[in-house]
Amino acid sequence: MNSRQVNALLKRTGFWLLITVILIYALFPFYYAVITSLKPSSELFRVDFWLTSLDFSNYAQILTERSFVRAIANSILVSVSVVFIALLLGITASYALGRVRFRGRSTVLLVILGVSMFPQVAVLSGLFEVIRALNLYNNPAGLILSYTIFTLPFTVWVLTTFMRQLPMELEEAAIMDGATPWVTITRVFLPLMWPAMATTGLLAFIAAWNEFLFALTFTLSDSQRTVPVAIALISGGSQHELPWGPIMAASVTVTVPLVVLVMIFQKRIVSGLTAGAVKG
Amino acid sequence: MPTTLSESGAFRGTRPYRGTQVRRQRVRAAWTFLAPMLIVLALVAGWPLLRTFYFSLTDSTLSTLGTASFIGLENYLVYDNGQWYGLLTDPLWWQSVWNTLFFASVSVSLELVFGVIVALVLDAEFKGRILVRAAVLIPWAIPTIVSAKMWTWMLNDQFGIINELLMTLSIIDSPIPWTASATFSMWAVIMVDVWKTIPFVALLALAALQMLPKDCYEAAEVDGIHPVKVFFRVTLPLITPALMVAVIFRLLDALRVFDVIYVLTSNASNTMTMSIYARQQLVEFQDVGYGSAASTLLFLIIALATIAYLYVGRNQLQLGGDT
Repeated sequence: MNSRQVNALLKRTGFWLLITVILIYALFPFYYAVITSLKPSSELFRVDFWLTSLDFSNYAQILTERSFVRAIANSILVSVSVVFIALLLGITASYALGRVRFRGRSTVLLVILGVSMFPQVAVLSGLFEVIRALNLYNNPAGLILSYTIFTLPFTVWVLTTFMRQLPMELEEAAIMDGATPWVTITRVFLPLMWPAMATTGLLAFIAAWNEFLFALTFTLSDSQRTVPVAIALISGGSQHELPWGPIMAASVTVTVPLVVLVMIFQKRIVSGLTAGAVKG
Repeated sequence: MPTTLSESGAFRGTRPYRGTQVRRQRVRAAWTFLAPMLIVLALVAGWPLLRTFYFSLTDSTLSTLGTASFIGLENYLVYDNGQWYGLLTDPLWWQSVWNTLFFASVSVSLELVFGVIVALVLDAEFKGRILVRAAVLIPWAIPTIVSAKMWTWMLNDQFGIINELLMTLSIIDSPIPWTASATFSMWAVIMVDVWKTIPFVALLALAALQMLPKDCYEAAEVDGIHPVKVFFRVTLPLITPALMVAVIFRLLDALRVFDVIYVLTSNASNTMTMSIYARQQLVEFQDVGYGSAASTLLFLIIALATIAYLYVGRNQLQLGGDT
């Protein structure tokens, strides 16, 4: 082997080493959560790098706990409703912003961008008052309403960039046929927008599923909580005796669906994130 | 360049409908379509924000939201009996401001460096690239609360795998109380945040890398220029606009950070950020007036940062509106 070949070999080895490091870094914490969740509580405090037992008692414990199952149901209800509302309001708004030229359009776009940059805590006291006035405190409906503050601007923004890319001939044909804007949206654009709507819907779902501050502040009783709050508030006898087995089991349970979704829709998510940011 | 109907080639020449009924109908429809969204945003964002500003000028508590009295700027700063009081004299608030700025600048810098490295690796051609890309995305998909809990467990001072590993490798000789110690807790928080958000930065950087023209690289290769030099002279300047967008998104997120810190270290003063401070005043101490003052200042700081960024980078961030 001459020095050139050695050099190339070193480069290849280094490259694969780098990939291995990246993979371990990205995957190890979740892997460790999975193996911890499969340990019986007696073995919990022995550090193991490999799966040493297959004990599902932690999962049995959390899945028979009524408040946790209720939290999963609440999270599904809240996230699905948030996605539905964001898409419904987002598709009509993005038609207006993406296809029609009118005075004040850039102002509206700036307002949307501005709202998406709000720190959530800045609206906390005002929103608390609104939610209490609407009698939605400690109610998933209050969370659904409050989550539109971060899902709606994002959805409108991304759908508008997608809406702009559609060819204009379609719309011209519809107008020549005398279609109203509403008919144009539902009959012409909606069928073409499904991929974009799937992407933004998925991102809105993940954001709503993961939200913590509002859920922590606007709910009070165990039966109204969402999953992140339920997990954060799992506690044992004292601060130093947290039941790590059940906590890890709960964490894995609520994360696996997301990881599966992300794996399946990897391409869409990437295009949604970049459309929201790069083109924004 | 947006493709609007009034400019389309089909209508040029005769321009049958500029200012006609169809156009008026479209503009009217546009506002009708925007109205529901604008009303919802006003209800959940605009009005609450104004109320927060107002509360910060009152002595409201959680139970007397409606009946509080106006006290001017007393929550911020007041001189009484030879002493200054108020938010601006609270050392804990100043510490939370400092903590927030430290957290935001350090974690965003680290994310940027590692994100670009990961993006460069993913940009190369190799077997299993799609699988690696999917794996890299996983930390991003994990809920923040879950990742904070996972790391709290891994960083546990007695039974945590990190301490075990470091002690086996003899890097440390006694366990580090990561989340409890004054020295390490901020770094623990940064570590968790960086782990979770590298994928976001990496994906944006990767998207930018894949849009680069290939020919300048071929030219550089022909000229035998060292790849590191090519990166700093060619690649980096070309992807900087995209990186700036990633940085502003991440900075705005980092300045309002709440959940990862709340789970890892709760209300400890060493890692208290402005969001944690404001929420503690608002909810736990039920002092809505004072807490709203803290929220208002956080809002102003973020708004100023955004305006400064938009002003500096206005050429890079195109609104794509009325061009």
